[in-house]
Amino acid sequence: MTATAGSIGKADPAGTVKAGQSLASRITERLSGGLVRVVLIVVGLFWLVPTIGLLISSLRAPQDMSASGWWTVFTKPSQLTVDSYQKLLENSDITHSLVNTVLITVPATVLVVVVGALAGYAFAWMEFPGRDWWFLGVVSLLVVPVQVALIPIAELFGKIGLFGSILGVILFHTGFGLPFAVFLLRNFFAEIPRELLEAARLDGAGELRLFARVVMPLGGPAIASLGIFQFLWVWNDMLVALVFTKSGTQPITVALQTQVRQFGNNIDVLAPGAFISMVIPLAVFFAFQRQFVSGVMAGAVK
Amino acid sequence: MASAAAAGAPPGPAAPRSRKSVTGTRRTVAVLFLLPALVLLGALVVYPIGYSLVRSFSNASGDGFVGFDNYKTLFTDDGIRTALKNNVLWVVFAPTVSTALGLVFAVLTERVRWGTAFKLVVFMPMAISMLAAGIIFRLVYDQDPDKGVANAVWVGVHDTFAQSSAFPKAHPGRRSPLVAQGGGFVTKAAVHAGQPVALPLVGVAPDQLPDDAKKAAAARPEPGKVTGTTWQDFTRGKGVGKLGAPDPSEVGYAGMRIEAVKDGKVVASAKASGDGTFTLPAAADGALLRLPASNFREPYNGVDWLGPALVTPAIIGSYVWMWAGFAMVLIAAGLAGVPRELLEAARVDGATEWQVFRKVTVPLLAPVLAVVVVTLMINVLKVFDLVFIIAPGSSQDDANVLALELYRKGFAEGRPGVASAISVFLLLLVIPVMLFNVRRLRREVRR
Repeated sequence: MTATAGSIGKADPAGTVKAGQSLASRITERLSGGLVRVVLIVVGLFWLVPTIGLLISSLRAPQDMSASGWWTVFTKPSQLTVDSYQKLLENSDITHSLVNTVLITVPATVLVVVVGALAGYAFAWMEFPGRDWWFLGVVSLLVVPVQVALIPIAELFGKIGLFGSILGVILFHTGFGLPFAVFLLRNFFAEIPRELLEAARLDGAGELRLFARVVMPLGGPAIASLGIFQFLWVWNDMLVALVFTKSGTQPITVALQTQVRQFGNNIDVLAPGAFISMVIPLAVFFAFQRQFVSGVMAGAVK
Repeated sequence: MASAAAAGAPPGPAAPRSRKSVTGTRRTVAVLFLLPALVLLGALVVYPIGYSLVRSFSNASGDGFVGFDNYKTLFTDDGIRTALKNNVLWVVFAPTVSTALGLVFAVLTERVRWGTAFKLVVFMPMAISMLAAGIIFRLVYDQDPDKGVANAVWVGVHDTFAQSSAFPKAHPGRRSPLVAQGGGFVTKAAVHAGQPVALPLVGVAPDQLPDDAKKAAAARPEPGKVTGTTWQDFTRGKGVGKLGAPDPSEVGYAGMRIEAVKDGKVVASAKASGDGTFTLPAAADGALLRLPASNFREPYNGVDWLGPALVTPAIIGSYVWMWAGFAMVLIAAGLAGVPRELLEAARVDGATEWQVFRKVTVPLLAPVLAVVVVTLMINVLKVFDLVFIIAPGSSQDDANVLALELYRKGFAEGRPGVASAISVFLLLLVIPVMLFNVRRLRREVRR
């Protein structure tokens, strides 16, 4: 199933030279193998340089930044300093917005997993009229762009007093995370062997118990994929928070966005701020690479 | 979607398995399980679709019906027109370039042992926010070659191949024998062999003069050759030095190019030495001497990546940086499913690697490639953060896309009616994919 389908490391071992090949073809193979390596190294550097640039920029004093390029640090490593980070972490706007990011991301992730799992289980194993049509209806919402909901929900939240609140942002992310959650979990739960559920049923488990004790634990891989995917999605969001938060409830992405207007003058805030906002997603990415990839692959339609 | 399809299809035998409730659930229980999801989806996703539709036919305050006026604005408003044009660029180039790169990377990484490390590097940008990526690329694209790495590289390459000029601000002084012509300068009168020529200019800042510039010297007449001096005729005040002749305090224009021109054709050329003197062959006799424009070009300052002309391609570049890894990983997964024997058989039959790629690998991967391209197209329609962050205020109008224009119209300009029309338009664009998803799943669900 999806949770195991994807992993970054799936490369075939490098081509082995077979006996019986002519010397000429072996030489061309060697040469082209060398060329492939060079191309990949160059491309890899190309991909790394922008991020390295940000990291080094965040570690230089503003006056050095305006005087010379970040790459000069390789000849003058003494320029490196953590001053910008220190100043940033003393800036209560930034620290507060980091807390907000956590306050938004964690509940939005938990909610999507729990609500999505309940519905996914119902779609997979319960009987009610029009079950498959309801499920298809939910799946059809997979591709709805969030932009469609910005204005209606802004007006709705305004009426019911949720506008500007963290709860509003959490609800919005939950709503838009659900189609994928239901889709992924229903498909995973449907693969649970019937015998397992029946055995638990014979032991006298009720529907809720069955869900909590059998279905959820068995759904572990899919839930992990979904959770990581949703976590990164919400953590990295800027647009939704930009619309629905106000100054006290902004997450880090919005707090940094307000600084971008004076780009160049406040690179000492932007560079370390951007890097701090990247640390958690990158840690999650490297720690749960497999689950993330399978989540991304399953969510290819999103 | 490729694996999403796999997700719906059980890997085992396709015998229809019953998924009838094992508990004989009452309907009320099913409703309780579904209720939270359906309420949230209804209120936050379905209701907005309907409301947007209604809102798109209403005026700005939402209390009057205006028919199709908001939709007419879609095609008359300058901002939206630019956004539409840019969206076409985005939809055509961003998905295809990302997918093409992803395909190449996926195929190449199969041939090296550290392919996994490479994939991690290319895939990593997917984990970070578009805001962070925007800040990263704002730095990359900085106009100043001493700050932005893109221009640092570009200027470096440019200066390696193109002559850089040392005298950008030089111009003729008082009573000069030179007149301006096409960015350079030319003598008013023809020059003759054996009569040294003076080509004085002024205006080069002392610290900008070439390092090998020495004290200017008067050229010696040489029979059968045209000689002369070009130098900074910096004559300060009265009585100090002479106008039109090199003084001991004056410096030669080392490296200045001089061309002898007859009837518009260059018949000879030379470069001034350290003391500003130069020698031209006899062919230059009777010609006009020209100091061509290449001597006076402003120093090359790189490309204005975020200027009006290039801002959209530049931002698309940053998108490709973020999403090529996505394409690569999906394609690599598809590639892992391609039977090795097929590729081997083609190789045994004498096909070159390129032929194997073109005739076997790509056709076998076609379904995956289609999924990747379509997924990215939908994704591209929603691009907002990258444009919002990377495009500086001065060129944000030129970089506009629909998702950004929707935000501007709805929240900055107070025109929610028009913004709703944009959102309905975006929704219409993704409906084919919506139908495709539903049709595909219907087959799987009905088992």
